[in-house]
Amino acid sequence: MADKPIQGEKRMFMTGNEVCAYAALAAGADIMYGYPITPQNEIMHYWTRLAPKHNRTFLQTEDEISAGFTTCGGVLSGKRAFTATAGPGNTLMQEPMSMAEMMRIPAVFIIQQRGGPSTATVIYSQQEVTMTCYGANGEGLRIVYSTADHQELYDYTIKSFNTAWKYRFPTFVLGDGYQAKMRESLTIYDPELRGIQMVDTYPLVGLPGKAGADRDPAHLRNTYNTEEELYEVVKELVGAYEKFAPEIVEHKTVECDDAEVVILCHGIVSRAAVEAIRELRAEGVKAGMFRPITLRPFPTEPLRAVVQKAKKLLIVESAEGQFARLVLPSLYGLTTPLETIYKPGQGITSDEIVKKIKAMA
Amino acid sequence: MTTATVLEPKMPVCWRQETKPHKFCPGCGHGDVLKALGRAIDELGIQDRVVFGCDIGCSLLSWDFFNCDAIQTHHGRTTPVMTGIKRARPELICIAYMGDGGGYAIGAQHLVNAASRNEKLTVILANNAQYGMTGGQMAPTTLPGMKTETSPYGRDVDATGNPTLGPEMVAAITPASAYVARGTMANIPQLTKMMKKALQNQIDGNGFSFVEALSACPTNWRMNAAKTWEFVEKEMTKYFKVGELKVPAAKQEG
Repeated sequence: MADKPIQGEKRMFMTGNEVCAYAALAAGADIMYGYPITPQNEIMHYWTRLAPKHNRTFLQTEDEISAGFTTCGGVLSGKRAFTATAGPGNTLMQEPMSMAEMMRIPAVFIIQQRGGPSTATVIYSQQEVTMTCYGANGEGLRIVYSTADHQELYDYTIKSFNTAWKYRFPTFVLGDGYQAKMRESLTIYDPELRGIQMVDTYPLVGLPGKAGADRDPAHLRNTYNTEEELYEVVKELVGAYEKFAPEIVEHKTVECDDAEVVILCHGIVSRAAVEAIRELRAEGVKAGMFRPITLRPFPTEPLRAVVQKAKKLLIVESAEGQFARLVLPSLYGLTTPLETIYKPGQGITSDEIVKKIKAMA
Repeated sequence: MTTATVLEPKMPVCWRQETKPHKFCPGCGHGDVLKALGRAIDELGIQDRVVFGCDIGCSLLSWDFFNCDAIQTHHGRTTPVMTGIKRARPELICIAYMGDGGGYAIGAQHLVNAASRNEKLTVILANNAQYGMTGGQMAPTTLPGMKTETSPYGRDVDATGNPTLGPEMVAAITPASAYVARGTMANIPQLTKMMKKALQNQIDGNGFSFVEALSACPTNWRMNAAKTWEFVEKEMTKYFKVGELKVPAAKQEG
């Protein structure tokens, strides 16, 4: 890397998509491959403006399938490569994402969720949770960070490159249309200044030396011939994933120590939940929040610890139970009463949460 | 007194001996097409710079064929994977190897757009007029009247169109710096020359290079050796004309 595009620390007021472009730049990303789809377009717009000034490159591909596969190619060649998509583009990109799981290609995918199914809306939702965590055929061997604000978009976009290259699983930053398009304040920074060392990248093909003479060739495949062979391969992948999971999982709690009602939510909805907790506490209602930051792997143990102390649970999401389907297996065996607010494709306000929790009392 | 002569098969040097004999069916054209490619790599001395990509379908069986770094990917997606590598590491020689299904059906958008963008890649496509690995279904290149598992009464061009003329299409959409040719497993020296020119075009940084190689599938064609050769040489060449379609001006011979 010739220069440091982000020097020191700087307070900025900008859109989430702009944040992602700056974060990728700060993380030392070499190349972005992308295809336009709303609401992630401005990640490409800003990247294409910033990248050439810092000796980084971009290719606009013919579709999202190609964007995903070219990203895999860039990573295989040893570069810090990434892409971004949403909605129907995320659907198309499941094929290369699946290859990245099988071959442990440390590609970074930024997803800004829009409404679904299909074309739906271009605005906002939390309806890409299942697809981002468990899309395509396979076992969902991915790492998914669900961000709540612009600071996190910056922090976790940088982090996603390190997680991907450290553990060699495809890594996702799961934002949404609101985060993508709205402006808010954040601090952008040179990661090194905060003690964040970027994990070195390395080529998986195009290795030095003559194959067959100086070294064995790198022969990478994702096709296997027998059930037994595939079983071994997948068991090894799952084993590695489960081994690393405890190091990867992240969550946040708010006012959970004495909470009688715990709100379970993720992403931007947690901001409504935090406000609801403030209002409820002012009225003497002991409310708290548990928020997984990693949706994959899922922070099961800390969630159970919080839930065991609570009298009631409320799952809140801008989807029809996609997040709940991640939560419920973690609650197996517990009998804490649970209610839900499901609003597929719609935002959620603190008032709605307050009203619901009062009705639950 | 007689002197015994040991005749060793002349394999391209870049072939990986440990994975030979190869995994293709007896009589399959892939071995010959890959022989031409191997000789071209040898003659150009680029083995240590080549990254070889192959598709799903029979071409995937070439994933460990060469003493070159290689990656096996998905139907028709070999082109974007190689594009991704080439864009990130322009010093590498990227070869995307696929069949007619991967190039002209499921992966057509990638071939068309890589060609339109004049990606500095070499795409080699083996055309055996049907889908081999999935059991002999109709392909874009299936000849009119040809029987396959999904055209059991013969391909009806009124219902399914005419065979795709890949090199002609690629020649039409690429700039003058591209190299486009159609060779055949029936003429390995000529096919080797085409492969060399296609690779040289990438080495020179000129642009996209594309070679379709007429190939054979005696297994799914249900043909013996003699009939297979007759089909490749006489029937396929009626529709798929062998020769160079586009040669960068400065490189034109004679």
